[in-house]
Amino acid sequence: MRGARLVNQAWQYIVVHSDKVLEWTWQHLQIVLIANAVAVVLGVLIGMWVSGKGREQIADGVIYAASILMTIPSLALFGILMGVLHAMSLPSIGMLPVVIALTLYGLLPIIRNTHTALREVDPAMIEAGCGMGMNGLQLLLRVKMPLAVPVILAGLRQAMVMNIGIAAIGSYLGAGGLGQPIFRGLANYRKDLVLAGAIVVSVLAVLTDLVMAGVEKLVTPKGVRTGRKS
Amino acid sequence: MIRLEHVSKVFSDGTEAVKDLSLDIAEGEFCVLLGPSGCGKTTSLKMINRLIPSTGGKIYIDGVDTQQKNVNELRRDIGYAIQNIGLFPHLTVAQNISTVPMLKHWPRDRQRKRARELLDLIGMPPDTFIDRYPAELSGGQQQRVGVARCLGADPPILLMDEPFGAIDPITRHKLQEEFLKIQERLQKTIAFVTHDIDEAIKMGDMIALMKDGELIQYADPATLLAEPKDRFVRDFVGADRVLKGLRLLRARNVMKAPKLTIRLDESVESAIHIMDERQRSWIPAIEDNGRFLGWIEREDLESSASLAEALTPAISTATPRTPLNEALSMMLGSATGAVAVLDDADQLVGLLSFSAIREVLAIDDESEGE
Repeated sequence: MRGARLVNQAWQYIVVHSDKVLEWTWQHLQIVLIANAVAVVLGVLIGMWVSGKGREQIADGVIYAASILMTIPSLALFGILMGVLHAMSLPSIGMLPVVIALTLYGLLPIIRNTHTALREVDPAMIEAGCGMGMNGLQLLLRVKMPLAVPVILAGLRQAMVMNIGIAAIGSYLGAGGLGQPIFRGLANYRKDLVLAGAIVVSVLAVLTDLVMAGVEKLVTPKGVRTGRKS
Repeated sequence: MIRLEHVSKVFSDGTEAVKDLSLDIAEGEFCVLLGPSGCGKTTSLKMINRLIPSTGGKIYIDGVDTQQKNVNELRRDIGYAIQNIGLFPHLTVAQNISTVPMLKHWPRDRQRKRARELLDLIGMPPDTFIDRYPAELSGGQQQRVGVARCLGADPPILLMDEPFGAIDPITRHKLQEEFLKIQERLQKTIAFVTHDIDEAIKMGDMIALMKDGELIQYADPATLLAEPKDRFVRDFVGADRVLKGLRLLRARNVMKAPKLTIRLDESVESAIHIMDERQRSWIPAIEDNGRFLGWIEREDLESSASLAEALTPAISTATPRTPLNEALSMMLGSATGAVAVLDDADQLVGLLSFSAIREVLAIDDESEGE
């Protein structure tokens, strides 16, 4: 019963303060979108580069480094970044450290998926492409990348969903977003506020996942998506 | 057209894949590189378009050293088909076929026109197939598109690495026939890798038989079968090489004109009379216009009221183009031991019998003297 009342209160809060909730949601999305946009550009470039001939060891190293990065707890990473940004006399609280942290977290799934996808392109495709006189760039852009894009997007999707969760913690650094009602509620014993924040973050994560699943489907080349495999 | 001079390939691990290979492929010639796996035939093929760099010797195309050319331009001027077909799954049939024309910056409408031409050539209606994806095609259709793609920019030279390898025997047989017909028209210079002696004999004008990186014998199929140079060649072409030789002959080379035929409206008695007089156990029955109907066998006549009743339809018939090995197996399955050779209008133009084939084999027997 008490649970139901609490959910009701949280819902009331969301309805009554919908303008605030929307603002937090927008801030939250902005942080995640900016961070992941940077992560996808960097991650795909790094992934493409380490997939090149004779860079197997570099690839292993880069992916290992990125996985270590992922194991650093977010609060600790925020702390480290604050120190670094301060030393560089850049704003050490607010959006910047959070965006940088989320970018770093987003790199691993994107680099890893880019690398795997490019490595696993059927050697017959590559032989056919080369044999017909494609140069390295043409082979990458016309053959390897179109086949790799769905896998890369799966990595981006994973990174975005994960970052929506981590971005909530970013509110602690004054970055705004949906962490705000959660931290405010925790500080003031307002369980309804905590729950309201939690609900909206969760819904946002689920929606993002769904949208990205749709995008993934959309960019999967038609010939790969449809029809029987023979 | 293609000239290999003392070409060799030593891989970085020290394996000598190809040793001092010299080979001339004349313009319009279909040259098969044949040999067991690991004999260096595929390596040799790939050195021609520099997919594998040679470590010794020279390769000339039209007298120009291939090393002097830009590698991608060189490859765009040589059609290339691989064993696993390697169609790009994210591109349509048209886009796949247009790969090289696209790389050569042909205008789009020309690319499209060429793709339609090639689909027609390989017997796939363009309107149905041009915008399909490879995954929507059967294995045989994919192979055909693979062939069309290597003809994309109409290169004078084709390199084909077991292009009919990954496919069931019936479809392979059909594709081989189709491709031979295409080649008859296009007269490309072809280097074609296979490990299948039957395919080599069927397709090749010349066969280069390789073993352990060395060229053992370079000859036309008839010579390879009749005069194998050594034990390896003899073993490789197989103990049934005389039978294989039959494949090189067509029904039209051996068939005899039908001297005696009968029409169904003639009486049973006259048929018996004719057959007994000429000592025939069977004669072919034809219509007034010469269309072949089947066989009349002597032993059926006693119990039949009319010739129509006694008629045994032929299970299979040959055309003048049918290879003799196929005709021979038709004979073995035929009640009379003979096969009727019909032209496109089903007119009886000849008869094949064991004695006719034995005459051909007898010539081969004499050349056997060893």
